[in-house]
Amino acid sequence: MCGIAGLIHRGKSSNVGEELKNMLQALKHRGPDSTGYALYANNGGQNFIFRFKVGENVGEGSTSVNEDESVYNERKKIVDTKLSELGSTIIKEDKLTPYSYRYEIKIDKDLMEFSKSIESIENVEILSIGKSLELIKDLGDATTVSERYGLNKVQGTHGIGHARMATESGVDIKSAHPFWGYPFADVSVVHNGQLTNYWNNRRVLENKGMRFMSECDSELIAVFLAERMRNGATLEEGMRESLTGLDGVFTYFVATKDSLGMAKDTMAAKPLVLYESDDLVAMGSEEIAIRSILPQEIDTYDPFDGEVKVWQT
Amino acid sequence: MANIKTLEKKTKAQSMGLHTEVLTGKTQQKFFNPDEAENFFYWGTHDVDFNKRTELDVKDMDCKEANKKIDILMSEGYGTIVIKNPQGKHSLGVGILNKLNLIFEGSLGYFGVGSIDGPIVRVNGRVGWSCAENMMAGKVVIEKNAGSCFGAAIRGGDLICKGSVGARTGIDQKGGSIIVGGDAGAFTGFMMQRGRIVILGDVGINLGDSMYDGTIYVGGKIGSFGSDAVEAPMTKNDIEWLTRKLKVAEIGNNFNISKMTKIVSGKKLWNYDALEPTEKKGAI
Repeated sequence: MCGIAGLIHRGKSSNVGEELKNMLQALKHRGPDSTGYALYANNGGQNFIFRFKVGENVGEGSTSVNEDESVYNERKKIVDTKLSELGSTIIKEDKLTPYSYRYEIKIDKDLMEFSKSIESIENVEILSIGKSLELIKDLGDATTVSERYGLNKVQGTHGIGHARMATESGVDIKSAHPFWGYPFADVSVVHNGQLTNYWNNRRVLENKGMRFMSECDSELIAVFLAERMRNGATLEEGMRESLTGLDGVFTYFVATKDSLGMAKDTMAAKPLVLYESDDLVAMGSEEIAIRSILPQEIDTYDPFDGEVKVWQT
Repeated sequence: MANIKTLEKKTKAQSMGLHTEVLTGKTQQKFFNPDEAENFFYWGTHDVDFNKRTELDVKDMDCKEANKKIDILMSEGYGTIVIKNPQGKHSLGVGILNKLNLIFEGSLGYFGVGSIDGPIVRVNGRVGWSCAENMMAGKVVIEKNAGSCFGAAIRGGDLICKGSVGARTGIDQKGGSIIVGGDAGAFTGFMMQRGRIVILGDVGINLGDSMYDGTIYVGGKIGSFGSDAVEAPMTKNDIEWLTRKLKVAEIGNNFNISKMTKIVSGKKLWNYDALEPTEKKGAI
């Protein structure tokens, strides 16, 4: 059934890594297979944060094929060569796991062209590109992933996250949420539900040059919104179009460098509880997610069917 | 005389939009022998004293532990129990089958106070999905908002939310009353079979979709009518009932009841036509 959570501090920063970890851990029973974070951190905004993976986590119930670590290292070398060919400068690089990297880089190319070139390397996937977006996803619960990637000290303004119960695709990182809104910097999406016109939409979007990395239906939302924005729609316009363009049941969150949005399908078949105040918006599949960061008595509500909301930092 | 009384009741019920068929036959007869009264008991119930009051802090308990503790307190005769720090936990206060004053100082998660038969419950906060599912009797008052499937499949009692409720309120309702002070989401009264739903605010799309029976009253705007839901005229009986019920519900003071819209089943779905299923097959 999956659990989703999101929060945005308005006018200030906070320890969003720790807060989102607590919210997602409270939703562990909704999705124990994998956990993902899209954190909007205070990174200075000078360089791009480029997160990518060169392989899969093959432990913890993974459905992925086991590969030798030397294969990962070889792929990483090819990425470095490709970056050099693209004229990108690596400012800093961190190896987070044998299969996952975080680079701070300078990119002069168009992001679509850049991304296509990097992902032409077999089994290399860009998790995210952005100046504030830190997209982390892996197998395990929220605490496990947070500890593995050191997220408890990430300071930022907002974030969205996902606790996944795999239903329509494998237990692997490529099918885990959040999904990056390729090719837009700093756009991410998480989703709870099932989309029933995935293949029809995918065929149309691929013909328009959009890219899918997984066979997870939720990825469609990120690609759908990215395609609309590429054609000039605002985030909110794209989200409103998604209510009719996407078929099935869904509640999803989308985040950009300075905003957080939610949309709910017209049957309101998937849950969402929302807390909204002047300085904080927190939402999740269940109220206990919000209570994990706001234990005091607060006013919350369920957004109605077909509702779309967007908040700014 | 008895027949006349029955007819009067039937006419009144039909004027309020209820078309409940008269149940007859051997399976509907009751075989209760007073000499065997000791053999009839309601398992899991307790005799409690409303004047015996206690508080229970569930902050560090899971729902199973908290519900067990409530049961122990009732077995000790406590008739008024105040639950502190529920903090949105799921399934609190379920399966209470005796009289009890149960007060939650805070909000509940999913499936709060489900399958209850008799207690008076007050939640001084919000409730998540499926509050009071399968409630059989009693009164539940929610001071703030409620999630979707509010009062799913309730059989009886009064379920009141002073704020707004989510989608599918009263889905599969089989009796009792659901009263909402604010707005309600899509598919309110979806497949309801008996009972009444009162929404003082607006409702979403597909109101009363595929309802078999029962009555829905709406004070505000209606997103759209669901399949086979039709508007019916408000009668004096409706207004009297609503006046009395809103008073009990502690909401709607000075609300103009006569302006409400009444919705009932149009009885045009396939299972309501004159053909038996076998005949229908032949016709197809």
